[in-house]
Amino acid sequence: MIKSIYNWIDERLDITPMWRDVADHEVPEHVNPAHHFSAFVYCFGGLTFFITVIQILSGMFLTMYYVPDIINAYASVDYLQSKVAFGGIVRGMHHWGASLVIVMMFLHTLRVFFTGSYKAPREMNWVVGMLIFFIMLGLGFTGYLLPWDNKAYYATKVGIQIADSVPIAGPYIKQLMQGGDIVGAQTLTRFFAIHVFFLPGALLAMLAAHFIMIRKQGISGPL
Amino acid sequence: MAASSKGNEKVVYVGDSRIRKGTSPNIPADYSAFPGKSEAFIPNFLLKEWMVGVVVLVGLLVLTIAEPAPLGYPADPLNAAFIPMPDWYFLFLYQLLKYPYVSQDYLVLGTVGVPGIAFGALMLAPFLDTGKERRFYRRPIASSLMILSLIAIVYLTKVSWDFYTHELRLTNTIPEHKLREEKAREAAEKGQERPNPMKKEKPAALVDADDPATAILKKAQCITCHAADLQGQAGIPALAGVGDRLTKEEIAEIVTNGRNNMPSFKEQLSTAEIDQVATWLAKQKAVQ
Ligand code: HEC
Ligand code: HEM
Repeated sequence: MIKSIYNWIDERLDITPMWRDVADHEVPEHVNPAHHFSAFVYCFGGLTFFITVIQILSGMFLTMYYVPDIINAYASVDYLQSKVAFGGIVRGMHHWGASLVIVMMFLHTLRVFFTGSYKAPREMNWVVGMLIFFIMLGLGFTGYLLPWDNKAYYATKVGIQIADSVPIAGPYIKQLMQGGDIVGAQTLTRFFAIHVFFLPGALLAMLAAHFIMIRKQGISGPL
Repeated sequence: MAASSKGNEKVVYVGDSRIRKGTSPNIPADYSAFPGKSEAFIPNFLLKEWMVGVVVLVGLLVLTIAEPAPLGYPADPLNAAFIPMPDWYFLFLYQLLKYPYVSQDYLVLGTVGVPGIAFGALMLAPFLDTGKERRFYRRPIASSLMILSLIAIVYLTKVSWDFYTHELRLTNTIPEHKLREEKAREAAEKGQERPNPMKKEKPAALVDADDPATAILKKAQCITCHAADLQGQAGIPALAGVGDRLTKEEIAEIVTNGRNNMPSFKEQLSTAEIDQVATWLAKQKAVQ
């Protein structure tokens, strides 16, 4: 049954080569930790992606309860954490995952750097990687404000103050992030939108570019 | 596929569309160039990578269960005493701005200059380090710059964190998420409901409101800070109900020697007056 549905679709769309290309491409020995233990450093990219998936999934569940306005934001997080079944686990995974994904991304960047994998022909993928890096930092910064407790509020206030001190562009960046005269209702809705829609959208686009390039170029050879 | 392609046709379309059939199918490079045991990505390799993933996942879950995600008290824009603290991976940038030549008059160097050069160089690494050599020990300049940056990042992060904990100790502050957790635990142990930080606590009524000690509070200007009804204001605790938190001796000690933003009253008030005030304040219990 499933096979005939598959065949029906395949006849029309020729989907076999798409997944076959991903499934069958060979992974060489020098990046396989089963053959060389030290090759675990090549896992950091995959692990970063794994945690990114966890972040997206746990984040989707968080938005079922989170309310992005200054009166309810804190209360909704408090409610989620202490009253909703498994809410503490979901928030905990998103909270600690946010740190872990930075750690993993950092280790992945160092692996690529110290194996010289950013060199020709992979220059573009390194630049895309750096863009991903900045998007991730942006996600960390905007997500920090959302629980709307004092720690969130004052970290954001200082962050925006620092951005404001940048010559020429500073005041515009501040206006863009803050949305009003103070860190307040507008700031929270903006940070929410940026954290939940803008940056993940950009991240997914960049990840797609990252993976397509890896697939096209193959992983870098042994040292 | 319904392509009506006869062998001698010049242009071949895909199916019945107007899209030309490509001449060279996109076959990615294989790894026959690399010696050794290659294996297919799915399922062989992915299962092995998944095992590493499981270790990480278990680690994350253990952390999640052992250490609930912190939550402090609701944001209060008037809370002047709060010590701002970014998330840990921003600390090195935050700390950088505290050094001379990258702050004050030179702030531009701290916000744009140093990070701009560092991250710019990292972004453009493939175009700066263009040699063919990939092994890090044969690329002394690139590698040592990276190692130095790493040491600097670790150092700045540590200094920043140490300074924060030092500040907490100096100001006698318990981070709010810990305070809140402690209060919740205390309440649970007493079998009370979990304190809800969104609900303002019912203001404690004053006990013996016409005691002569209140005259001293007015005279010493306590009420300019702690408010005329002694319910406190932003950043300054209420004195109504203070007897639940502090003993008479502790209150006398705070009034005599001050604490943080609370001034010392050694000079203005006599020991007898302080004693009288402390006695009265110690009686201010909301829960009788
Ligand atoms: C300049 C403003 C100011 C004045 C005047 C002042 N206080 Fe305070 N008081 C504070 C602040 C701020 C705190 C909180 C100190 C801290 O954070 O450790 C405080 C704390 C206290 C506390 C401890 C409360 C608690 O819950 O821990 C007591 C008791 C107290 N004050 C009594 C007095 C008395 C009595 C007077 C008058 C003789 C007085 N204060 C005058 C600002 C003031
Ligand atoms: C969400 C963040 C990221 C994810 C999910 C990710 C994922 C991956 C994966 C799965 C690989 C395959 C090899 C491996 O696993 O090591 C890879 C390779 C690569 N990554 Fe990333 N990456 C991320 C961020 C970055 C960053 C920040 C950089 C650098 C600035 C970067 C640069 C590269 C380069 C140049 C390669 C090719 C390496 C080679 O062929 O040896 N990536 N990435």
